[in-house]
Amino acid sequence: MTEQVLDLPLWAAVAVAIFLILGALLTLIGTIGFLRLPTFYERLHAPTLGTSGGVGAILLASIIYFSVGTGRLVIHEILIGLFVSITTPVTFMLLARAALHRDRAERNPDVPAKVHRKPV
Amino acid sequence: MSAIILFTAVSIAQLLLAVAMLIASVRIFVGPRAQDRIISLDTLYINAMLLLVTFGIGTGRTVYFEAALVIGLLGFVATLALAKFLMRGEVIE
Amino acid sequence: MLPYPILSLCLVLMWLLLNGFSLGHLLLGVLVAIFAGWALASLRPDKPKLKKWYLLPKLFGIVFVDVIRSNIAVSWLLLKGKRRKDSSGFLLVPLEIEDPTALAIMAVILTATPGSAWLEYDSGDKTVLIHVLDLIDKETWINTIKQRYEALLMEIFA
Repeated sequence: MTEQVLDLPLWAAVAVAIFLILGALLTLIGTIGFLRLPTFYERLHAPTLGTSGGVGAILLASIIYFSVGTGRLVIHEILIGLFVSITTPVTFMLLARAALHRDRAERNPDVPAKVHRKPV
Repeated sequence: MSAIILFTAVSIAQLLLAVAMLIASVRIFVGPRAQDRIISLDTLYINAMLLLVTFGIGTGRTVYFEAALVIGLLGFVATLALAKFLMRGEVIE
Repeated sequence: MLPYPILSLCLVLMWLLLNGFSLGHLLLGVLVAIFAGWALASLRPDKPKLKKWYLLPKLFGIVFVDVIRSNIAVSWLLLKGKRRKDSSGFLLVPLEIEDPTALAIMAVILTATPGSAWLEYDSGDKTVLIHVLDLIDKETWINTIKQRYEALLMEIFA
């Protein structure tokens, strides 16, 4: 793991280091919040910290590292970023709707009831 | 100098992500309900993907990028299938 | 020839990003993109109507700034630990947009920014149920959503 194939100038190394640690820290904060928040709907917000800020910062670090290290533009990490930022909202929405459905089936009082359509 | 900075940063980031994965897996065991477990599984997938990207930075190889892409895809499909199952599978009681 | 020009362009770009740029890969990517466009055209007949596509970068810019801002806000909220007991809650927002693509973009934006999650849309009532982590003032939240995103989305989609 210690093999350092690419050689970077100091400014790039510092930038990569900052974004890497920032992204990992955001992800960690997100999971800590995920563990500590009391209800499911509150917990739903915590992992988005990792999927938006964490993914963005770490992929930015990777882009800087490979672009500066190889001397040509390497931006295929954008694909992961795009993919994650489009798919996580889909899964979260589906999970939230499933949770709403189950809570309503159990008549949980903390969850708002289904909105009734107004008579036309 | 820059090699030392990078090595330290990659090690710290890997440590933080590993702790995050540990916490997410605690949530899988604690629950309390199925939707919590599924969300923590999704978090686990995302964290594993990020860990692979940091591995790529640590070794300077781009192979890890493809692995990360595949993990992201699999995580999406798995979570989607589980959420769909939750919505239609178990609710009829 | 090209039923979905934006999708085909994105596919070509993705192909080149994955494989590296060369003439052969450009041709192959264009071929794949054209066939994928035809395949999609046979699956889904209605197509999003973009009226003012040049406003899309503005939307992305706003969302980018908002994601960073709410990242800071939510991580501060989570780190601070002690919160008031009932500071989070459900919120019913009336919406005016009806275009499915615009609604989908709105849902992705709201869920992707930490601190708010899109739960359920009712097409009969034209309301959406969202959950907000830091719900201090309901009116402020509704106004923010309507002015910041909905107005722009209504301008973009005819």
